Amino acid sequence: MAVKNLLEAVRETLHDALARDERVFIMGEDVGPRGNVFLITKDFVEEFGHDRVLDTPLAEASIVGVAIGAAMAGMRPIAEIQFADFIYPAYNQIVGEAAKMRYRTAGGNTCPLVIRTPYGGGVGGALSHSVSIEALFYHVPGLKILAPSTPADAKGLLNSAIADDDPVLFLEHKKTYRLIKGEVPPGEYKIPMGKADIARPGSDLSVITYGLMRHFATQAADELFKDGIDVEVVDLRSIRPMDRETIVKSATKTRRVLIVHEDNKFGGVGAEIAAIIAEEAMFELDAPIRRLCGPDVPAMGYSKAYEEAFMPSPERIAAAMRDLAAF
Amino acid sequence: MKSEPTVRETLPEGLTPDRLREMYYCMVLTRTCDDRGFALNRQGKIPFAATCQGHEAIQVAAAFALRKGVDWLVPYYRDTCMALSFGVTPREQLMCLFARKDDIFSSGRQFPNHYSVPDRHIASISSIIAAHVTHAVGMALAHKMRKEDAVVLTSFGEGSTSEGEWHEAMNFAGIHKLPVVFLCENNEFAISVPQKMQMAVKNVADRAVAYGFPGVICDGTDPLASYTTVREAVERARSGGGPTLVEAKCYRAMSHTSDDNQLQYRTAEDIEASKKRDPVPRFEAWLTDRGYIDAGGILDMKARAQQEVDEATDWAEHQPMPTAEDLYTHVYAEGPLS
Ligand SMILES: Cc1ncc(C[n+]2csc(CCOP(=O)(O)OP(=O)(O)O)c2C)c(N)n1
Repeated sequence: MAVKNLLEAVRETLHDALARDERVFIMGEDVGPRGNVFLITKDFVEEFGHDRVLDTPLAEASIVGVAIGAAMAGMRPIAEIQFADFIYPAYNQIVGEAAKMRYRTAGGNTCPLVIRTPYGGGVGGALSHSVSIEALFYHVPGLKILAPSTPADAKGLLNSAIADDDPVLFLEHKKTYRLIKGEVPPGEYKIPMGKADIARPGSDLSVITYGLMRHFATQAADELFKDGIDVEVVDLRSIRPMDRETIVKSATKTRRVLIVHEDNKFGGVGAEIAAIIAEEAMFELDAPIRRLCGPDVPAMGYSKAYEEAFMPSPERIAAAMRDLAAF
Repeated sequence: MKSEPTVRETLPEGLTPDRLREMYYCMVLTRTCDDRGFALNRQGKIPFAATCQGHEAIQVAAAFALRKGVDWLVPYYRDTCMALSFGVTPREQLMCLFARKDDIFSSGRQFPNHYSVPDRHIASISSIIAAHVTHAVGMALAHKMRKEDAVVLTSFGEGSTSEGEWHEAMNFAGIHKLPVVFLCENNEFAISVPQKMQMAVKNVADRAVAYGFPGVICDGTDPLASYTTVREAVERARSGGGPTLVEAKCYRAMSHTSDDNQLQYRTAEDIEASKKRDPVPRFEAWLTDRGYIDAGGILDMKARAQQEVDEATDWAEHQPMPTAEDLYTHVYAEGPLS
């Protein structure tokens, strides 16, 4: 199997989808001749033409709104929001329109649409090129939200998203684009949504996480293993639908749960994970549920010092693991 | 009923005496439905009603200027006459008023007049003002990409043209010369806010210049003038000439909805004056003067409309309500997920 980084896996998946299915097209800012700001769609215009790799005006609400209309008319648009930080103008279209299309028409109209966007910090992105947005969307029934963290998962989930008959928000952590490499299965490889991945099996405590933090948590777990603490790392991959079963199973097995995410703590995805465990496995636990998350400040600042203070690091995750293991 | 015309004049292309009578019938049917909606609301049988009184002419004209089964409508919540003229039946209309389970637009989920009839090419809208305008553009983009000659017509009030998304939609359609007609039904009010507090330009049509396509104005209370204007826009779209912004000047006879009382912000004289422009009696007179219809024909049509709406009301009222379980259907293709 070919080894690729996450960016290459996304690129290959988009490429193959364009080649395979005439209904698929890409639209967004600078996706055309420039090939996207991270070069994910580089050379696509030459192969597929301007219509199918469409440079849109700089207007996010219409990027999503036009994509919704095209999806209603039988296409399979893949809309790109250049950075997750710029998705807010499209919030109305995503939450008010796409997510409710099937429901409001009792199945008469559907909206098979993928919205891809790079998110997350650790790349010097300052206040407005580093946010996590999942908590602003995962509350919304009708939307699916995927946040793969490995190249194989990126491919498998993106293929599932493109084939899905409902709107999917596909989150790509910027820092994983070039940092994370792995084997990528060939062909139209698909992973079902709503299935977590046990990134590392363990018996002493569970870390439940997703995105870049999966890698930081596995790194920390490897450290702790040297000291005889065996940590299980659960990578959700899919934020909505969420794999309740795997979460509860892992919590029941290890009896200690640490939730890790980069997004702000208050009302974050971790709050829902904690609630699921409290509802379904409270008396199986030996320790209170802990959360290690981004702090409740608006965003990480530009200065490296701010960024480091904001992002959970392998070291801080390891310390939180030790603390919980010792409870 | 089919009396011979006494005045020989050339009708606009696409219109025949039969089609004129059909247009008139759609207007009468709409007025009957609209009145029924308000009456049911006043009787406490339905919580909410909105009418299109004052907009019938432009709406019937727009529907008749399109090809049924080929072109698409993305109408807004005031487009009762447009929908009834494009294939929605009185039963379907009453089902949405009563919000019954088998309401085909939304299974009783949306406010009335939020049409969604894929088999008759009417796309869904929400109540979020102007959010559907980009969808119409996306549909037109899809048609263009697939080299189909379908035209999309989308409509909205003048207040809607203040929304950012409206401007984004216009801009996008202009860049790609998409086969779409933007129809503004300018009734001078957005709930209570008059046009002059909504925009500094005199006409909504003036906005089109910023997007590189024509903006045209018609008398939206005159079916023939409206038809000619919309049809020209549809032909331009179909032949690759790109979008047109049509501004139909009409008026709002009733309050914004059954929840509004326009006497709080308009004078009774102003309301009376605008009612003089009522398109239904005016079209009736026009047809009669020219001998397309006679008094007997008019009475027949009114009776038929009354009968259709009565039958639809009785039928719809007795259809089942949604159940609590129906709350959970059509969340995702798979059902509800958490
Ligand atoms: C985004 C949004 N803001 C406000 C409203 C409340 N609202 C409903 S209709 C309306 C006025 C719309 O006026 P106009 O576009 O002129 O259409 P008209 O109702 O006059 O036909 C308002 C403010 C809404 N539905 N959506």
